[in-house]
Amino acid sequence: MGAGMKKLINRPEDAVKEELKGVAAAHADRLKVHTGPNYIVRADAPVQGKVALVSGGGSGHEPMHGGFVGVGMLDAACPGEVFTCPTPDQILEATKAVDGGAGVLLIVKNYTGDVMNFDMAAELAQDEGIEVEQVVIDDDVAVKDSLYTAGRRGVGATVLAEKICGAAAEQRRPLPDVAGICRKVNANARSMGVALTSCTVPMAGRPTFELGAHEIELGVGIHGEPGRERRALAPVHEIVAALASAVLDDLPFSRGDEVLAFVNGMGGTPLMELYVVYNELHMLLEGRGIAITRNLIGSYITALDMAGCSLTLLRLDDELTALWDAPVNTTGLRWGV
Amino acid sequence: MGCVSEIVTQEGVIAWLRAFARAVAANREELTELDAAIGDADHGINMDRGMQAVLGKLAELPPSDAGSVGALLKLVGMTLVSTVGGAAGPLYGTLFLQMGSATGGAAELTVAQWAAALEAGVKGAQARGKAELADKTMIDALLPAAVALNAAATSGLSLADALRKAAAAAEQGMKATIPLVARKGRASYLGERSAGHQDPGATSSWLLLRAAAEALVPDASAERPGR
Repeated sequence: MGAGMKKLINRPEDAVKEELKGVAAAHADRLKVHTGPNYIVRADAPVQGKVALVSGGGSGHEPMHGGFVGVGMLDAACPGEVFTCPTPDQILEATKAVDGGAGVLLIVKNYTGDVMNFDMAAELAQDEGIEVEQVVIDDDVAVKDSLYTAGRRGVGATVLAEKICGAAAEQRRPLPDVAGICRKVNANARSMGVALTSCTVPMAGRPTFELGAHEIELGVGIHGEPGRERRALAPVHEIVAALASAVLDDLPFSRGDEVLAFVNGMGGTPLMELYVVYNELHMLLEGRGIAITRNLIGSYITALDMAGCSLTLLRLDDELTALWDAPVNTTGLRWGV
Repeated sequence: MGCVSEIVTQEGVIAWLRAFARAVAANREELTELDAAIGDADHGINMDRGMQAVLGKLAELPPSDAGSVGALLKLVGMTLVSTVGGAAGPLYGTLFLQMGSATGGAAELTVAQWAAALEAGVKGAQARGKAELADKTMIDALLPAAVALNAAATSGLSLADALRKAAAAAEQGMKATIPLVARKGRASYLGERSAGHQDPGATSSWLLLRAAAEALVPDASAERPGR
């Protein structure tokens, strides 16, 4: 391990493997963990006649995605190496393991590698006669979406989409409907994050980027990618205002909207601070005439040990609200059961 | 034409893959450093892991595939897809898979057939990554190489000369990525800040074409030590 890295990791190259062993040992009642290739499926998979939801991404963002496998959310998650997307063979095997004859929805975060690996997996699954749809999540307003970039990154809206689509699938809605709801969530959600410290990738053994003692990175990505602006640490209401206005202006959200407000910790920030952030956000939205009718506060899409948070706002309607409220039973999100 | 050294065989392709694996291992740190400047600092590590896995597969090639260039290329493609990860896995994987499909079940390919296979592979990688020339990607090395190889085949150059032309075109394309602003991949998030850095994917693609010029011609590869 690199000098100065203090972690509960035996050997960096074993971290993902040992994490999966821990998940298997802890949650055998709800999950089945497959290794070589690595994927996590719900214990009762495949569920006949239900659209199956498969997602995946690099490890280091826990509880996303493995913590969202279970009744009312994902059927399978494919964990890659730390911050490295899963491979097509892995996604294909997970897809085959959960296909219950009603088709499979792949929920993909918009990163170049993720999109290509899921594309290949989808082609391979279709070759084997499985009906597959893909939805790419791209809610991060910090990144310019233009013809000249790989487009906006997928962040917090992924968690919301997985929950809401999981509920739709439990209602036995057909694949085109579930995929349509996923696109609707993505179209109505926007996010932006801030880092107070860098994260440290175990294999690298040193911080991904350097921030001064009194600096923050506005618009940071969940792998420590640079954001919009590096600035001095400011009072929480100023930081929240910067994040929230970027999010609000982008959709745009407007007076009278009802929203789900998701305050997400990046992995190294206490829940106490997330509630301080939520308080500021609540006051700011109230002032703008936007009603928070649902909320989620906690660390759900993390960047290893990075300190900081992200804000995600999702504009709700009756359909999305009802699907959000439906029961879910995963190790990361659980209610109504 | 007709001379053994003018024909691409499975043996020649194996020699090429071994030469490429050596080049990737030797340039592992350099590729990773290039990636650290504009990407996520894992290109050399990932490509080396993938090519080591390919070397392992070469040792256990099923007897049914003996002699088939296409079967070998497809095996390489699937191995890269499942071991490289990131964006490079699907891109190099698709390159080899499409090359393999283009060769059919042939055991021997002429220069023109090999050029057609490379063109099919590059088109596949281009479609996978949706990249155009000058987006600052591996396509900037691969596409000029495929064009040069086709031109060389059409004008009747020997296999060795044609492969050298292709490698030279790839090198030129790789160097041309330095001033470009990235429009695809993680580097595109940097915008103008990506200019001034050589693209790591174009660099590994040049190594691939250089390895072909060094090792794909059976006679030339037989003379090389260390095999």
